[in-house]
Amino acid sequence: MATANAKKKSSIFFDLKVMGPILALVVLVIVGAALNGNFLSAGNISNVLSRSAFIGIIAVGMTFVITAGGLDLSVGSMAAFIAGLMILVMNGLLPSMGPGWPLVMVGMLTAIVAGTTAGFINGFLITNMRIEAFIVTLGTMGIYRSLVTWLADGGTLSLDFGMRSVIRPIYFDGILGISWPIIVFAIVAITGELVMRRAAFGRHVAAVGSNDQVARYSSVNVNRVRMMTYVFLGILVGIATIMYVPRLGSASSSTGVLWELEAIAAVIIGGTMLKGGFGRVWGTVIGVLILSLIGNILNLTDGVSPYLNGAVQGVIIILAVILQRDKKAEG
Amino acid sequence: MKFTKFTGAFALAATLATPVLAQDTKVVGVSIPAATHGWAGGMNFHAQEAVDRLEAVYPELDFVLATASDAAKQVNDIEDMMATRNIDALVVLPFESEPLTSPVQAVADSGAWVTVVDRGLAAEGIEDLYVAGDNTGFGRVSGEYMASAMPDGGKIVAFRGIPTTIDNERVAGFEAAIEGAGIEIIDMEHGNWNRDDSFTVMEDFLSKHAEINAVWASDDDMAIGVLAAIEAAGRDDIQFVLGGAGMKEMIARTRDGDEMIPANVTYPPSMIATAIELTAVGLTSTAPVSGTFVIGSVLITQDNAADFYYPDSPF
Repeated sequence: MATANAKKKSSIFFDLKVMGPILALVVLVIVGAALNGNFLSAGNISNVLSRSAFIGIIAVGMTFVITAGGLDLSVGSMAAFIAGLMILVMNGLLPSMGPGWPLVMVGMLTAIVAGTTAGFINGFLITNMRIEAFIVTLGTMGIYRSLVTWLADGGTLSLDFGMRSVIRPIYFDGILGISWPIIVFAIVAITGELVMRRAAFGRHVAAVGSNDQVARYSSVNVNRVRMMTYVFLGILVGIATIMYVPRLGSASSSTGVLWELEAIAAVIIGGTMLKGGFGRVWGTVIGVLILSLIGNILNLTDGVSPYLNGAVQGVIIILAVILQRDKKAEG
Repeated sequence: MKFTKFTGAFALAATLATPVLAQDTKVVGVSIPAATHGWAGGMNFHAQEAVDRLEAVYPELDFVLATASDAAKQVNDIEDMMATRNIDALVVLPFESEPLTSPVQAVADSGAWVTVVDRGLAAEGIEDLYVAGDNTGFGRVSGEYMASAMPDGGKIVAFRGIPTTIDNERVAGFEAAIEGAGIEIIDMEHGNWNRDDSFTVMEDFLSKHAEINAVWASDDDMAIGVLAAIEAAGRDDIQFVLGGAGMKEMIARTRDGDEMIPANVTYPPSMIATAIELTAVGLTSTAPVSGTFVIGSVLITQDNAADFYYPDSPF
């Protein structure tokens, strides 16, 4: 009797947990539409989705890292560093290769290789050197931020002007009016969701985050799984950077500041547990959209003093998480 | 090139004064924020350049340059300079006014010369020399240009920096200058002196407002974000974007006659060089340099843009 009762109860809470972020998103959309007629215009929706793509692509990777019980604070600095590197490589090869798609491909390859390497370094230090993920990525966060400042000599790295018109379409163009960042974000999110739900890797990630001892006894290669989550996140940071560089064609020490916290916030809003063991990729996507919509709505309305933008954001983030928490859980 | 004549005169004065005063070595500490954004990067560049040049000019002066990434680190830097280098003079661009006030006070109490740059200290009367940027003037010059460029008035959107006193003074100066010119600020948001933030805000302004005649971006980094958003939206109602601070890429576009960027307003990061030079003069000569030295903000248009283009500076 008791077990049946508990089961029933938990299923109700489960529904609220699932619906929480969606409910918050729907409320935000209704509020936005009520406050400004242009909110639901195709242009605004496209803007919001495109600008969500950077954090969104990174946050999908972050979902796996957090589900496996890890954390990565370095992604914002890593994105800035990779953006700087990509610009330097393309500028350096411009005289020999000339402006064109081959050079863009080299730039993309640079970003992916750099992202993979950076993810591998984080993963190696965490799994093989057995250092806390928080400390490792706090360290690499500072390292990448300093490196991009140093590469830019304290200023801004700008893509050569001849190259900008070639690379610009990656952010601003697309297929059938849907821009590339939105398409790539969608592909990454759907793939992430499938891997988390259907693939063995997704279940291993959750198992490692839930209890790594049990996972080890169940013949899951815990270190390899952990390592892979960081490498995947690094690759996704590379992909996000490929979308980012074409927008303004520049990178500086202020690029990607606080992206790591936005990505982590999106993951948690989406229902993934910060202590690991359970992850929800589609929830992360909702979380990212909630975060960008708040900023968008605040820009479109006059009611709130711009000094209070951060406070409004904070309140909505906390509300979105309260909505999906089982009241008697943890404590 | 604004300071060349100025520094040239000092260098000359210094060469004349050197033989008389060349005795024991004096140590000058220079403490500045690290190059965490474009303007600070330019300031670091000019500080390093001034130190290199002055060490050659004045053999009897020794310079210690420290860059700090936050206020606490800057306090440590200054305490270290006091304890280990026994500095005779300190040139400081405070990260924040409040936390730096008492450490700098301690330096002044030890008898060393104190030069404060750009951001003032929280208490008055500590520094011997204050080399200040003119933020109200920066806003006023920007506003006056806006008023003259839009004789029939119009609708503009304005971008603010990171919420600080500097930003408030600039906006107040700007608003005072456009008063009565028929220019209406239809929207104002913080772009945080950041390209990405300004790009996002401008995208939203463009969705929100069907007609915008001009943009006061108030900073060149923000102007770059604003211009990218306008270009992407394909809007042609915006006549021009006014940035500020004199980033070299933007100066070059003004010089080359880009219609979207017809002007710029200076807030020179090289003011740190002015401060170091004046301090060196004070230490090595009998020329009085105490007081307040306000570096005015100057309007740059196509006519004089070439004079403000520093190809070697990172900013």
